[in-house]
Amino acid sequence: MIDQLTVFLENSEGRLAKLCRALADADINMKALTIADTTEYGVVRIICDDAERARDYLDQKGYRAMVTKVTAIEVPNRPGGLADLLGVLDDLDIPVEYGYCFSTAGDRAVDILKIRIASEASKAVFKLEESGFRVLTQKDL
Amino acid sequence: MSRQADVLTMPREKIEQVQLEGLRKTAVHCYEDIPFYHKSFDEAGFDPYSIKSLDDVRRAPFVTKQDLRDNYPYGLVGVDRKDVREVHMSSGTTGVATVAAYTEHDLKAWSECFERAFEFAGAGPEDVCQICYGYGLFTGGLGAHYGSLQSGATVIPISAGNTERQIRVLREMGSTVLECTPSYAMHIADTALAMGVDPAKEFHLKVGIHGAEAFSDNFRRELERKLNYKVLDIYGLTQTGGPGLAVECLEQNGLHIAEDHFLCEVIDPATGEVLPDGEWGELVVTTLDRQASPVVRYRTRDITRILPGECACGCTHRRIDRLQGRTDDMLIIRGVNVFPSQIENVMKTFDEVSSWYQIELTTKNYLDVATLKVEANPDFDIDSTGAIEELQRRIQAALKTALSVGIRVRLVEPMSIQRSEGKAKRIVDLRGENLK
Ligand SMILES: [Zn+2]
Repeated sequence: MIDQLTVFLENSEGRLAKLCRALADADINMKALTIADTTEYGVVRIICDDAERARDYLDQKGYRAMVTKVTAIEVPNRPGGLADLLGVLDDLDIPVEYGYCFSTAGDRAVDILKIRIASEASKAVFKLEESGFRVLTQKDL
Repeated sequence: MSRQADVLTMPREKIEQVQLEGLRKTAVHCYEDIPFYHKSFDEAGFDPYSIKSLDDVRRAPFVTKQDLRDNYPYGLVGVDRKDVREVHMSSGTTGVATVAAYTEHDLKAWSECFERAFEFAGAGPEDVCQICYGYGLFTGGLGAHYGSLQSGATVIPISAGNTERQIRVLREMGSTVLECTPSYAMHIADTALAMGVDPAKEFHLKVGIHGAEAFSDNFRRELERKLNYKVLDIYGLTQTGGPGLAVECLEQNGLHIAEDHFLCEVIDPATGEVLPDGEWGELVVTTLDRQASPVVRYRTRDITRILPGECACGCTHRRIDRLQGRTDDMLIIRGVNVFPSQIENVMKTFDEVSSWYQIELTTKNYLDVATLKVEANPDFDIDSTGAIEELQRRIQAALKTALSVGIRVRLVEPMSIQRSEGKAKRIVDLRGENLK
C-alpha cells in the first residue's frame, strides 16, 4: 500500500496551478496527478513523496486535504495488462472504487487502485502477488 | 403541578374567556390611561371598547421597542407613581433603556408566572435554589428570586460571579435548583471539572431553570450530562415584564405560555399578518393583567412558532417553540421567510461539515437562487467517489424539509468563506446586482 494525497479544490480558474505551486513551495515532488471533476469542484489525487507532510502543509494553507492508502501494482506494458489485473480482482469479487495509470515507462506500467475496505485490500494484494503481479510499496516509488 | 394546578389545567374555553376579559381590560386601560396608546389606537381606527373576540386584537396597531424607548422614562406607565413598587430597565445595546414598572399586583403576577417553572419541575418547599442570575435592574435575578420564594423553596440569592464560591455552595448547601443563564451553568460545570470536582457526583442538583439566552439541544444535553439534572428553558423579556412569559415543562418540547397573563400571536415580520399555528414568525405579545406597564401587540423580534396540539404533561396552556433567533436576521427567499438559525440547526445535525457557512443569494430568470456554502470537516472522506455529491444531496433534502424552500448546497474550500474578526460573513446578497 502506498500513500496518496487527495485534495478538494473548487473549480475556479487557477486553483490547480495554485495547489501545484503550494506543493512546490513545500518542496514536495509529485510523481502522478489525476483529477476527478464536476462543474463545481474537483478532487485531485496525487502520488508524491511524503504525503503526510504535504497534507499538513496544505491544511495550514487552508486546503481540505487527506492521505489515503491505495494499492500500486506493476503490470506489463502491453495490451491487456490492466485487463488481467482487474480480472483477478473480479474473480475475488473485490470492488475497485477507482483506478488510474501512474507511469508507463519502458515495458512496465504502474496502476493505482483504490479498494475501499482495508481487509479486502490486503486480500487483493495477496492474491495479486500469487498471480505474479508485483505490488509496490512506498520505497519502490 | 400542585400549587397552581387549577390554573395550569384550566379547560381551553375557560382560558379563552379569561384572555378575552384581560384583553378588553388591558386595551381600555391603555387607551384611557396612557396617551401614547390613546393616540395610536385613534390613528389606527381601533376602538378598544369594540373588542368582541380574541381575534379583535388583530385590529390593534403594533407597538415596538422604539416606541418604548421614545417614551422613556415614565411615558408608558399606566398608574400613579405612588403605586409603582419596582422598576426594572433593560440597558439595550443602543443605549436608551426601556422601562418595566410593577405595582404590587404586577409583582405577585410575575412571581406566579415564574413559579410555574417550579410547578413543571416538581420543585417546591423541599428544595434549595441557588440563584446566580445577576441581581439588579436585569429582570432575570429578581424574577427568579420572587418566583422561587413563591414556590416555597429555600432561596440562596448568591447572584452571578465568583464561580469557585458558587461551586462550594453547590456542594455544601445541597442546592437542588440552579437558576442562571445556560452559558453560566456550563461555565460552573467546566470550572468544577477543572478544579477536580465532578459536578455530576458532588452536586445535588435536580433541575436548572436557564433563560435569557437561546441554547441548542446539544448544549442542553451536554449540560444535563455534566451536571446530572434536567434543564428547563424559561422565556420572557423586560418589555413584557421579565422571565415567566413562557416556561418549559419536563417534556422539553416547547414552553407553555402563561396564557392567563399573556396573549401571544405569531406574525410574518415582513407583512404583519398573523400566521397559523405551527408556522415560524415573530412573537407578538399582549399583556392581559399588567397594571403599571401594559403592552398591546408588542413586537418582540424573537422568532418562534405556536406548537399545535396538547402537551403530554397535562397543562392546557399552549406552547411556543424554543426561540430561533431574531427577526433582524431574517431572509426572504422566493417569498419564504428563512432564519439563519434554522439553517444552523440543520447543519448541526451533520457531523461532516463545520459550523462555518455562507448563504449566497443571486437572481436567475427573475427568481431567487440561494446557495449554501459549507466546509467539510477534516475527517470527512473526500476521497470516496460520490461522497461529496451524496453529502450535498442529504443536506439539501434536510434543508428542504426544515425550510420549505429549496437551497442548493455546495461544498467549498475551507478558506473560501469570508471571516471577519473570527466571525463568518453569513449572508452575501447579490440579488439586484445581476438582474437581467
Ligand atoms: Zn407540557
